[in-house]
Formats: sequence, C-alpha cells, structure tokens
Amino acid sequence: MASLDLTQTAGRRRARVIKFAISIGTFLAIVATTYLGLLAVTFFIGRVIPIDPVLSIVGDRAPASTIARVRQELGLNEPLYTQFYIYVSKVLQGDFGTSVLTTNPVMTDIRRVFPATMELATLGTIIGSLIGVPLGVLAAVKRGSFIDQTVRVIGLFGYSVPIFWLGLIALLIFYARLGWTAGPGRIDVVFEYTFTPITGFYIIDAIMQRQWDALRNILSHIILPACLLGYYSLAYVSRMTRSFMLNELEQEYVVAARAKGLSESRIIWRHALRNAAVPLVTVIALSYAGLLEGSVLTETVFAWPGLGQYITNSLQNADMNAVLGGTIIIGSVFIALNLVSDLLYRTLDPRTRAR
Amino acid sequence: MSETAETSPQTLRDWLLSERPQSRMQARLGRFYMIWRRFTANKLAVVGLVIILALLFVAAFADLLAPYSPTVGDLRTTRLLPPGGEFLLGTDDQGRDILSRLIYGSRLTLYVVLLVAIIAAPIGLLVGTVAGYAGGWVDAVLMRITDIFLAFPKLILALAFVAALGPGIENAVIAIAITSWPPYARMARAETLTVRNSDYIAAVQLMGASPTRIVVRHIMPLCLSSLIVRVTLDMAGIILTAAGLGFLGLGAQPPLPEWGAMIASGRRFILDQWWVAAMPGLAILIVSLGFNLLGDGLRDALDPRGSNQ
Repeated sequence: MASLDLTQTAGRRRARVIKFAISIGTFLAIVATTYLGLLAVTFFIGRVIPIDPVLSIVGDRAPASTIARVRQELGLNEPLYTQFYIYVSKVLQGDFGTSVLTTNPVMTDIRRVFPATMELATLGTIIGSLIGVPLGVLAAVKRGSFIDQTVRVIGLFGYSVPIFWLGLIALLIFYARLGWTAGPGRIDVVFEYTFTPITGFYIIDAIMQRQWDALRNILSHIILPACLLGYYSLAYVSRMTRSFMLNELEQEYVVAARAKGLSESRIIWRHALRNAAVPLVTVIALSYAGLLEGSVLTETVFAWPGLGQYITNSLQNADMNAVLGGTIIIGSVFIALNLVSDLLYRTLDPRTRAR
Repeated sequence: MSETAETSPQTLRDWLLSERPQSRMQARLGRFYMIWRRFTANKLAVVGLVIILALLFVAAFADLLAPYSPTVGDLRTTRLLPPGGEFLLGTDDQGRDILSRLIYGSRLTLYVVLLVAIIAAPIGLLVGTVAGYAGGWVDAVLMRITDIFLAFPKLILALAFVAALGPGIENAVIAIAITSWPPYARMARAETLTVRNSDYIAAVQLMGASPTRIVVRHIMPLCLSSLIVRVTLDMAGIILTAAGLGFLGLGAQPPLPEWGAMIASGRRFILDQWWVAAMPGLAILIVSLGFNLLGDGLRDALDPRGSNQ
C-alpha cells in the first residue's frame, strides 16, 4: 500500500515537473516570438524609410564605386532574411548603430538618458497607485454615492485630457504664476558642478551623497511631471480597482465575514482588497508600461532629459538609428513588464498554481 | 395590416414595447427603443451624445460657422489678441482667429478618427472572426501576431512609423490604425468562440454554407455591437494619439488647423498668451470626453452585464 502510494506520488511529481517544464518552455517561446516580432517591425520600418542609408553616409556626390562599396559593407546586397539575421544578432548584442545627431553609439546614449525616464515613471506609478487604489476601493464600497461619482469624473477626465496640454497648463499655473515648483529640467544649473550623478536616478544619488539642497531642488523639479503621470495612471488604476472590488464584495465570503461579525473596514481592506490585489498587480504593471510610453510627450513638455525626449529629438533630425533603438528599448521593457505581470499573477493567485 | 394601427388606440410607445411584434420591423424598432431608453436614462451618456452631435454639426457647417479664415490672419493688427471682444477665443501668433481654426480643426479630428476606425475595425474583425472560427493553427498564428502587436507600445510604434513614412495626416492615420486593431481582433475572436458551436451555426453548416459565408454573414454581424462600443470607447484614445503626433510635429502640417499642432505652436507663448495653447487643448478635452461618455453609455445600454467595469 505504502509503496504503491509512493510510486504514485513520485509519478505525479514527475508529471508536475514535466508540466512545469512545458509551461516554462511555451512561456519562453512566446517571449522569443514576441521579441522577434518587435524586431521584425523595427527592421521593416528601417527599410521602408525613404532615406537611403548609403547616401546618408557617403553623401550624394560620392562616385558610384564608393556607393557600391558602402552598400556591400552595410550588407544591403544580401537577401532580406540574411539582413534580418544580421540585424537581430546586432540588436541582441546591444548594437543599435550610431546616432547621427550625437555621434555616439545609440546604446551609450540610451544608457545615459534611460534612468531619467525610469525615475519619472516609477515615481508616477507610485503616486498613481497610492492614491488610485484607495480611491477605487472607496468608490466600490460607496457605490453610487457622491464619492463614486467624483472618482468616476476624475477617471473620465484623466482618460480624456491630452497629457502634454495638461503639463503645459500645470507649468503655467504652478511654476510661472504661483512659483510653487521648479520649472522644466531635472535640476537647476546651480547644482551642475556640485552634484555628480552616480546611478542616474537623481533622487537616489542625492540621498546617497547627503546633498539635501540638491535633493530639495530635484524633488521640486520632478514633482509636476511625476504628479501628471501619476494622475494618468490613477485614472486607470482607480477604475480597475473599483471594478475588481465590486466583484469581490459580491462574493459569499464577504457575507460570511459579515455574519461572523467582522468590522466592515476589516472585511474591505483585509479580505476583499487582498483578493482584488492579484489582478491589481497586473493592472499596475501595465500602467507602469503605459507611463513609460506617456513619458514621450511629458518629457517634451518638461524638457526632461529622458528617453522620450531623446526619441523626439532624434525624430526631428531624421536620426532613424536612435529612433528605432529607443523604440526597441521601450518595446523590450513593455514586453518584460507584460511578462512580469503574468508571472506575478501566476505566483500570487493560488488557483492558477493548482491547475 | 394597416388596421392594427387604426383599430387599437395604441400609443407609439405601446406599439414599440409590444410583447407580440407583428412584423420583423416592429421587433427591431422595439429593440432599438429599449436600447434607446436605457441609453437616455444615463444623463452623462446623453451629454456625450450631444457633444459628438455638436462636433458633427460644427464640422459639417464649418464654412458657415467660422467667423474668420482659419489660415490667413492680419499680422499687423490682430496678432495674439486676448479672448473676448471681436475674437471670441483670441488670436494666435499669425493673427488668426482661434475659434475659426478650432471649428475647421474639428474636420481634421473627425477625419482622423473615422479613417482610423474604418481601417482598424474591419482588420480586427476579420482577423478575430477567422481565427475564432477556423481554430487550429490558423487561430494560433493569427492570435500570436495579434499578441505581438498588443505587446507593443502604441504611441512609440506610431511615432516610429510616422518617422519612417514622413510626417503628414494620412501617415499619422495609417500609423495609428496599424497599432490599434489588435484589441478588436481579440474581442471578435472571443465573441466568435461563444457562438461557434451554437445550433444555428450547425444548421447553416448542414445547409452547406461555405466557411466564408458563415463568417461574413452569420458571425460578423453578431460581433458588431460590441465592436462598435469598443471603437467608440477607443475614439478618445485615437484623438489623443493623433493630437500627440500633431504636437510633436508629425501629424497634420501647418497651416492646417490641427488641434495638437495648434497646442505645439502656442507653447512658445504659454507664459504671456496662454489662450493660444489652452483653447485647442480644451477642444480636445471636450471631444474626447464626449466620446468616452458616449462609449460608456452605449456599453451600458447594449450590454447591461458588463456595466460594472
């Protein structure tokens, strides 16, 4: 009996391991195809562009022999699939070519500007979640009330307002008229020589170096764009929280908890929100991805030296290597965040584990 | 047939809500009436509808409504005038009346929104229904492609596309359309899966209908109502993306009065002549709010189940 039981559990365990391996395998395959798809699209964009890559290097007065040689060197005489293969292997090594505008390798540029974007988007997500989740919970609990309506209007406004316009108006009011915050940029010019960035995340750098004046200045610069992005994510997060919470509050365990005599706040915050938290993590991860994207427009308005501004500057100078490099980086982060949210969902929700 | 209307002293409302409709038309009208009643019960949805109708009206009669030319201004006398008086919303740096520009700009906004919807929705519908009905490897391949596009950052990809194709309103439309069809495909596939194994599809199959006919005539119509709701809800996003592209100088080119581009050109004067940038932003806000309200109302009216979300 006992030995039979053992072989059975061993067999079941093996089956589970195989199942797990298969799911990891499909997972990786999905990631790989998605990433390959991203590269295929950027490759395609790079090819349909009307600017001839050869002429942009040699100029239009070059003799035919030079043009032919550069064509050969760039691999443009190869069949398309070979070109794509070369492209993919280059990108996977972090080689996006050289930026025409800055004359640096695109990867070096991106490494320099990316922390600024990350810092902004992270702070925005934190603000959005810290305010959005409680608002959504309140709206769900007091469904149909004044609070619910207010949250709905706040959300609708967030969905409808052009974020770059709101940024301009915010700058006008809080910086130009009221003088409450610092203006565009990350830090005042005064600090340029006293403050040395280490990680590129200025807030962390300032704390590490105990430069409290610089920190105050940095915070005063970041607060407007971060609040703006935070509002953008708040609109989404609060709406989804409300919908998840409504769903949870209808469940029978809530009735059971009430019958047991638990306090209403305990039911809401400890029981219902905990269950709603699982899909919420996905929502917050996705809104984080959305903020990285939204940063393109916000950074332009706030002269924020991040990836978004880098892309738009390159766009205006027809610097396609830089544009496509930036696109790939943001696309990769997007894919990664999608994955992380998916994985988190699987690990946080016990039901998906059991299956 | 006509005596039913004469003999019974029914009101139109009773006729519409009749339990036993006499004709197919009556049944259809009755259903529309029910949807309409649910829709109008929602005050915000009606506000949205009014906004969109006003937008259509303004775009149609822009020539009659606009008090001044949208492209030519008097640089000597009417430059950067504040709102009020002769120019209701003020003038911009070229001396052009902002109100007139906004009125003409509504045409561009509608143009972009409708064109994107006309391109993206059918693509999504086709991909989704074919994938859902065919199943197997066709489904796997099509959905994989959809997922790939879904995992992309929309605005960035549109940016890259426009950068490659060259700035302009048509290219902006193409770029937005390319990036906005995947959700429709997902939705159409889900709808198709729910009806694929139903009895009436089996009946049509028995009658020898080809797969093309089944998909086009019997599955696609069922997906339409949720597709329309989804497209309406997305229109606000399309407007915002188009305005964003215009703001970056990649959408409509000057002197076209595109709202996003107007904000960009007013940006230089934001500190002293705030109205130049503020007014077009307000226009964008109102119109996309209108689409959001209308979409919300339509969803609640057509599909009472999903009204929680």
